[in-house]
Amino acid sequence: MKKLPRVGLLLLMVILVLSFGSTLVVAEELIKIGIVNLPPEESGYRQANVEDMNAVFSKENGYDAKQTNTADNSEQMAAARGYIRDGVDYLLISAANASGWDDVLQSAKRAGVKVILFDRQIDTDPSNYAAALLSDMYYEGDLAVDWVLNNVPEPINLILIRGQMGSAAEIGRSAAVLKAQEEGKLNIVADGTGGDTWSLEEARKVVEAAIAANKDFNVIYAQNDGMAQGAVQALEAAGISHGKDGKVKILGFDFNRFALRNVQAGYWDADVQCNPRQAAEIERWIRSGNIPEGIVYQEEIVLSTDTITDEDIEKYGINVDPGKGVITR
Amino acid sequence: MSRLKAFVSRLSHLFLPLFVLALLIIVNLIKGADYFSITMVNGAFYGNIPNMLFGASELVILSIGMTLVTAASQGQDISIGETGAITSAIFVWYVLRAGDVTLLTILVGFLISCVAGLVIGAFNGTLVSVFKVQPMVATLILFLGGRSIAFMIDGKVSPILANEISNRIGTVIPGLPIQTPIILTVVFIAIVSVVLKTTNLRLYVESVGINPSAVRLNGIDPKKIIFLTFLIMGVCSAVAGFIAVNKAGRHDSVNLLKFIMMDAILAVALGGNSLGGGKFSITGSIIGAYTIEMLNRTLLRLEVNPEAIKVFKAVFIIMLMVVASPVVRVVVRKALDRAKTIASRYSRGHTGGLSNAVVSMTDTTGKKED
Repeated sequence: MKKLPRVGLLLLMVILVLSFGSTLVVAEELIKIGIVNLPPEESGYRQANVEDMNAVFSKENGYDAKQTNTADNSEQMAAARGYIRDGVDYLLISAANASGWDDVLQSAKRAGVKVILFDRQIDTDPSNYAAALLSDMYYEGDLAVDWVLNNVPEPINLILIRGQMGSAAEIGRSAAVLKAQEEGKLNIVADGTGGDTWSLEEARKVVEAAIAANKDFNVIYAQNDGMAQGAVQALEAAGISHGKDGKVKILGFDFNRFALRNVQAGYWDADVQCNPRQAAEIERWIRSGNIPEGIVYQEEIVLSTDTITDEDIEKYGINVDPGKGVITR
Repeated sequence: MSRLKAFVSRLSHLFLPLFVLALLIIVNLIKGADYFSITMVNGAFYGNIPNMLFGASELVILSIGMTLVTAASQGQDISIGETGAITSAIFVWYVLRAGDVTLLTILVGFLISCVAGLVIGAFNGTLVSVFKVQPMVATLILFLGGRSIAFMIDGKVSPILANEISNRIGTVIPGLPIQTPIILTVVFIAIVSVVLKTTNLRLYVESVGINPSAVRLNGIDPKKIIFLTFLIMGVCSAVAGFIAVNKAGRHDSVNLLKFIMMDAILAVALGGNSLGGGKFSITGSIIGAYTIEMLNRTLLRLEVNPEAIKVFKAVFIIMLMVVASPVVRVVVRKALDRAKTIASRYSRGHTGGLSNAVVSMTDTTGKKED
């Protein structure tokens, strides 16, 4: 029985220490952020995106950020609810699935948590989130088609290699090409897809089929870098010239560094950016307290053999750099 | 006579895959009469057939392993693409750390990746044979997690194999007119057929697939045989991963050999094999694999709308499966028998031989229909 007051004392001390500790943490005034993202192994894009988020929202920069990475929509929502309960100041979401988020977003609103969507749009009322910073796939398609129209000699005969059917990237990047064909600005001689994948092999087959059918083409519009690589492999095997001074112009997407090196070497012709680095811009918004309303699209660029520099590859590229002059065949 | 019987019986097993292959060739010939034309480009054969053989190499190798796994374990390994992604990640990891890339580096890297394939095969095989987990469930683990593992081995990027030897393995070796992946596939098929000819593997695998208890009573441990088929599957995956990554020149853990298990299982079924295990025909599976590759290419050749291409493939395969189903086979066999009794050109003995052969064509599932 004598022990009881001692135990009580101990408990009191523990509580004191803990509350002291927590006041210390509060004293530093870290901005609490919950990030709901997709898993890095999804793609090179996502890996760069996750790393960027971790680098920008770090302790050193004054943030207490937690990141959940899952491709499962319900797990994402559970994580988001958890962050709201934890009382985060900001909730950043890149949703696996665009629908079903209304409840989560409304409870965030009630709790006074500011929601910023990045990379992926959610189908919901715009009042349910503060802002969204997205890559506009339609804009990327327009950039690419502009490049094609200005750089490929007439008549433009294009092979369209689509990525995973129905994905936002495929729809946006295809739209500009299909529109240009309707307007009679170019001619799609072959239209193929990776089906459920973005795979190099499928892209290669599309081009091989076009060659087998004796199609005449002078530009390949591949919706990601891997597919552009597969297309070029098919040309190489068939002995068709490409790239700078070649017959067929090659255009890829995503700014993988190996692709940019190929562009630089004149093995390919151009690549269109899909910027995974939204964190810096969002950080600026949070710092300034001036969060824009609604959707903001990122600036994205095209790099071609004439314009590309080492600096661009270092700054904008994603994934490993094979090194200057190294061609990835 | 018995040899002839065996030959005819084998041929009738191969009827379905050969029939489909012929059908596809006809479609392609209608589309363009120069389908078989082969030219020389940069010192290598180029044309539709070399392209198809080139494109199907990984699928052929995987469908061989899948046939054995299916025959013994009466189930399928759905983690073959992921296994290939992991083993090739290990191959790339080794090659990139070896400094100067020589033929020896590539060879050692390949052997290490084969060992990795064996380890993965042993993992799947243990789950299936010792713990009696359904093959599809056991391999679901790696199917779901395999690409993450490959991604970690890659150091969270997609490493690049920009060396001359890898490029040659993925394309052509100067002086040889045939693309290297085709040669590797032929070598692999040759090794497998020698193994099947010289060992009792076929007998053991088939008997385990038909009746494991009877096999156990005869002193063979079915667990060991099932485990062995998964080991072989692991090696097949490693070889396929090796070819795929050298073709790509880059290890893309996300897309390498993605969803290839679908086509591999299909190749086994198209090859006239029962997915319920038992008797198997590797030749059938190989022809099945080439058929699927040709089907994919034919759909592209016919310029099927990209939105609809998978639907076309599915419809075509459903039609094939119905045609090949035991129900239809029995009907066809009865019709054939009737035709044969009417036909007087054949001698009695000959006819007997043929109809016996047709009976054996309808394997275990077919016999139930009798």
